[in-house]
Amino acid sequence: MKFRYLKNVVTLELDQSKCNGCGLCNEVCPQQVFALNGKVSSITDRDACLECGACVRNCAPGAISVRPGVGCAYAVLMDMFNIKSKCCGDACGCSLDDIEY
Amino acid sequence: MSEEQFNLPMVDNHQSDSCCTGEEAALSYGNAAEANWVTGQIETAVGPVYCIATTLKRRDMLGSIKARWGVGRMSYTVPPGLYAVGNPDQSSPVLVSANYKLSFDSLRRELSGLNLWILVLDTKGINVWCAAGKGTFSTEEVVRMVNAARLPEMASKKTLIIPQLSAPGVSAFEVKRRCGFKVIFGPVRAADIPAFLKAGNRADPAMRRTHFNLLDRLILTPVELTALAKPLAAFILFLFLLNLVSVLFAGNAIQTASLVSQTLSDLAPFLAAMLIGAVFVPTLLPYIPGRALSWKGLVLGLIWAATYSRLLGSEAGLLQTASYFLIIPVITAFLGMNFTGATTYTSLSGVVKEMKVALPLIVAAAGLGLIALVAAYFI
Repeated sequence: MKFRYLKNVVTLELDQSKCNGCGLCNEVCPQQVFALNGKVSSITDRDACLECGACVRNCAPGAISVRPGVGCAYAVLMDMFNIKSKCCGDACGCSLDDIEY
Repeated sequence: MSEEQFNLPMVDNHQSDSCCTGEEAALSYGNAAEANWVTGQIETAVGPVYCIATTLKRRDMLGSIKARWGVGRMSYTVPPGLYAVGNPDQSSPVLVSANYKLSFDSLRRELSGLNLWILVLDTKGINVWCAAGKGTFSTEEVVRMVNAARLPEMASKKTLIIPQLSAPGVSAFEVKRRCGFKVIFGPVRAADIPAFLKAGNRADPAMRRTHFNLLDRLILTPVELTALAKPLAAFILFLFLLNLVSVLFAGNAIQTASLVSQTLSDLAPFLAAMLIGAVFVPTLLPYIPGRALSWKGLVLGLIWAATYSRLLGSEAGLLQTASYFLIIPVITAFLGMNFTGATTYTSLSGVVKEMKVALPLIVAAAGLGLIALVAAYFI
């Protein structure tokens, strides 16, 4: 099952005129947001994007942009109160330890 | 974060002869020599390398359970460096991993029968995906460790297999440019590595997807629960004092036993709300209507508040019922919202949008609810 979060909120943008068709965005995206149509990538499932920034970091021609961040309310709260984020600390469940290596 | 592990007597394997730039300090493997997951050493062109077990022992399992419950989680680490699986040679694949022991264990237990190298980065004991997002599993760290472990001298294929979920922090073309190693993104799950290697370093689309199935969600609930210990203790104290003051207020004698039992029965609906928020919301996530996680929490909270009020029937006064309908959804909505950090699919933009709506409502409802709760004891 593929989960989708809120509609029309993500900051992901793709400038197809800069795309070199390498397909790495499609490869690194854990949510299958992109599809490669022939020689150019396109965004086919924008609302599934979690703004992790993997595609941007691996887009050599710089065709993709996103405001990367971690979708974690706890971290946002800590930020709001200017508390030095203890995220990924003892109180945080933001680890999917089994599915990664 | 505990650094103790790194300050133990060092077993220095890699006497640096300042190969490339001389900038990298020799790797110290901490107490790896005594670690229960080390099975021996093999000789390589760059000195001896520890071999690691591909089966988990009881101590590893116990450690995993402790980490899941948040015990010593931030110091559950593996010394960064190069390790051998099976009997690898210069042309064997090099897998890159994080130095969180849970990540390391979930990798090595999938590798029995394979011959390869594992390059463990110093991700400060954080798992791959979080470390990539926080910048400790980064292009810089990959390049640094490639040089520190002297891989250019011993890995003939000049290729690294890096977890796909580290891509937010690792730029394949930058790694190539800076240390000459080609980066291949491996599958999301360690369990797919044997198939990935067999297929000539190719991941089929299913291997590239994160799953967030029931088990993935359930396994996260212990940490959610342990995080509730302190607020729960504070709330119990609050209810106890309320009962105490109301008894004194009414001019009755204090009976400790009845005070305690009254406190516990007052606590019941809210304790259940905590369980609903921390366990039921994650478990039922895809089946609760709506998209925002605070909304999903709210839905279950309202259902529980209605159910509990109905169970009490005429026993509960108006104020008490109001306090249930305000405080229970606040607890479940807040915990639902908090679960965003544990999911695989929530974006920062979405979380900020959700919080802009949910947070003021949560604060207002909590305030009103507490007023109603206190008032119910005295009116």
